[in-house]
Amino acid sequence: MKFLRDLLDKQKPLFHKGGKLESLYYAFEAGETFLFSPNHTNGIKGAQVKDAIDLKRMMITVVIAMIPCLLFGIYNTGHQHFLATGQTAGLWDNFAEKAILGLTLVLPIVIVAYAAGGLVEAAFAVIRKHPINEGFLVTGMLIPLVVPATMPLWQVALATIFAVVIAKEVFGGTGMNILNVAMTARAFLYFAYPAQISGDQVWTYLGDKEAVDGFSGATALAVAYNAGVEGETVNTALSTHNSALGSGLYEFANLFMGWIPGSIGETSTLMALLGAVILVATGVASWKIIVSGFAGAYIMGFIMNLFAVNEYMAMGPEYHWVMGGLAFGIVFMATDPVSAAQTETGKWIYGLLIGVLTVIIRVTNPAYPEGIMLAVLFMNVFAPLVDYYVVKANKKRRLQRATV
Amino acid sequence: MYFIRFEAFFKRPYSSYNMSKLVKLKKGFDIKLAGKAEKKLVEFQPAKTFAIKPTDFIGLQRPKVTVNEGDIVKAGTPILFDKALDKVQYVAPVSGEIVEIKRGEKRKLLEIKILADNDISYESFEKFAESSIKSISREDAITNLTKGGVWPQLIQRPFGIVANPEDKPKAIFISGFDTHPLAPDYSVTLKGEEKYFQTGIDILKKLTEGTVHLNINGDAEVPTVFANVQNAQVNKFSGPHPAGNVGVQIHHLDAINKGDVAWTISPYGVSQIGKLFLEGRYDASKTIAITGSRAKSAAYTKTFIGACVDTLVNGNLKEDEKSNIAPDTRVVSGNVLTGEKINKDGYLGYYHNQLTLLPEGEYYEFLGWMKPTSEKLSYHRALGLLSFLKPNKEFVLDTNVRGEERAFVQTGVFESVTPMDILPVYLLKAIMAEDFDEMEELGIYEVVEEDLALCEFVDVSKHPVQEIVRKGIDLIQYS
Repeated sequence: MKFLRDLLDKQKPLFHKGGKLESLYYAFEAGETFLFSPNHTNGIKGAQVKDAIDLKRMMITVVIAMIPCLLFGIYNTGHQHFLATGQTAGLWDNFAEKAILGLTLVLPIVIVAYAAGGLVEAAFAVIRKHPINEGFLVTGMLIPLVVPATMPLWQVALATIFAVVIAKEVFGGTGMNILNVAMTARAFLYFAYPAQISGDQVWTYLGDKEAVDGFSGATALAVAYNAGVEGETVNTALSTHNSALGSGLYEFANLFMGWIPGSIGETSTLMALLGAVILVATGVASWKIIVSGFAGAYIMGFIMNLFAVNEYMAMGPEYHWVMGGLAFGIVFMATDPVSAAQTETGKWIYGLLIGVLTVIIRVTNPAYPEGIMLAVLFMNVFAPLVDYYVVKANKKRRLQRATV
Repeated sequence: MYFIRFEAFFKRPYSSYNMSKLVKLKKGFDIKLAGKAEKKLVEFQPAKTFAIKPTDFIGLQRPKVTVNEGDIVKAGTPILFDKALDKVQYVAPVSGEIVEIKRGEKRKLLEIKILADNDISYESFEKFAESSIKSISREDAITNLTKGGVWPQLIQRPFGIVANPEDKPKAIFISGFDTHPLAPDYSVTLKGEEKYFQTGIDILKKLTEGTVHLNINGDAEVPTVFANVQNAQVNKFSGPHPAGNVGVQIHHLDAINKGDVAWTISPYGVSQIGKLFLEGRYDASKTIAITGSRAKSAAYTKTFIGACVDTLVNGNLKEDEKSNIAPDTRVVSGNVLTGEKINKDGYLGYYHNQLTLLPEGEYYEFLGWMKPTSEKLSYHRALGLLSFLKPNKEFVLDTNVRGEERAFVQTGVFESVTPMDILPVYLLKAIMAEDFDEMEELGIYEVVEEDLALCEFVDVSKHPVQEIVRKGIDLIQYS
């Protein structure tokens, strides 16, 4: 690696003050620090040694945690295509073809998201003269995982640019943002181009093939919602839906595994939980938010049961865990430390309310079958308020101690 | 009659009950480093020069030097005072000739250097018999302490500045153990000082109407010097660092509120007070620990306050075995969390009883942010940080920052290494925003740099936490 180091050292003066490419210093610095961790030493006073962690390592940990979801999503994209077009029935039949099809659909989305967001990051770093924010490592992976594989690439690029600029850079970059960047990107798509990210037609890639007779591309959430409207029990609706493709596709076990239509990375509860295990074991995400998020969804589902006026409300609360993007959203979106509550007590409340709100939106709102997106964004906005009261309680304890 | 006495009983401040406390702390982190001092005394060539650095005394606002270059001083001769706190004398640690008064930019006073005599001669101060210590009045005690040069050992909370003799502290706190990385063991550094330590406590008891707290380590054997201490409330603290920080202990015993004044002092300072009263002289001798992975002989040695460290460092550095590139050595006066980098011929800090020799970390590392490692210590467990698998390993750490400064991102970590009911990130943000009300409400009076030093170590975003804390204290104190 010495030649690389020498190369960088040779180019460095170009980017330093007075150099020809001075204005691109932060772009150079970003590249340099990704290749080599810098040679800075600690100051004269204060801590003389430092912990081995840095923000880059923390962020890459989150990316690693998302890989199970990504790989699953790639294969599932191919699998859903083969299933819908009646080419195979078995899960592992045509393995290579499914994987390759998935790759050709998913990979461009990932690349576009990273490229578009990366350019915005670099542009802001150069213009605003601040280091490039590593937060984008995570955002660039999250965005592809929350859109359907059929999403037009230009829309992915536009949403990424919108989210990075409006949700993050205008506030001052990673660490300063109020909203989760990836969720903002999804919300942007949802409201700007609903035809490409809602309904029954977008979740399964059909290409130039015809779908089999009786195929429906509806997500489990849509099935459950319609069951509520039509007065059929949700369980029946789920077990009979899409029976043209095989039996039990929407049953609990399969929903949990995630072999269903949906956004690329969100379908598998199992993979999201695997990610959660990585995030919690490495201490990068707060287990309090994850636990209270799932608990909140269950509690609200249970309350719905008690006051059920339609079949959707009567659905077993555990179904909320495995349908739609709840698990993915709680594990990867709600736990974003910047936009989440920052106090330990606040995290319990924040997670709980995300779960509760998700179920309320799902069950009572006819316009949005998926509630996690708005629940996370909503609680992002309210997290500072939750923290405000937790901090106030801390101040109050201090004040009371003084007056005793 | 009875009624009045009953009432008086209840009016006694809580801290005056002589009830020992046991406090178990869970939050915190022990930084285990290689280069622990062996429990033996090693002799080095005695230092030739000594220096008093006014910058060691936080809150020393307008230093005025009372000696000139060429003057001859004895150990205990006043050489400096603070025009803003003129009763307190700062004295020469050894006898000899003032060889240099070093000033920096804007004539800022940096060092007063003394070329030491071979045999130290002492200024003589009033000497007391052990039996007559009891009868010394508070005023006389203060006069003797300030004139005798030991007063700067008393530190005021809030702010962590040299105490003001005019104040009446609500209590005095002494931490009887040091949990900092590689910190010296008081059973070695204060060996045989029982008599002086007890006398020091007796004098301190006169200074406060409240309690003198001596806080000892609940996880280890009690050093003999603290075993039979009278006149003080002995509390036990257990847990990882910063359990030994006096600020943390105060928080759990009798927390500082706005308007409160408490004093703290190190066990060495207590013992020094004892020597002043019993021997009638300013005795600046101290046993320090030489520690760190670069130290060839990591052990204890006897020296004096402000000693030049060259004789302790030169010839005492390990040669590098593996590579042909010998890493530079950083000499740290104090420990690796709160210490100060000094030159190889620099001077030991006034309050320091430890020298740490570390490899410098001025190097690039290919993909250093991503490489799995169990050799670099981390409180975290993020991708590839495997040091948690070796909980008992003694790590060799260098001075590399291991990353770059960023905005606050990770949450909950500072809280998990701060065993106080304080929200460090909110406090730091309040300081950065210069929001005075917030700082007060969030507990700026309860902390000094060392109490949040661990936050600086574990910080993902590499903030200069201690510098920020001092900035906040300065803001509150001076404006």
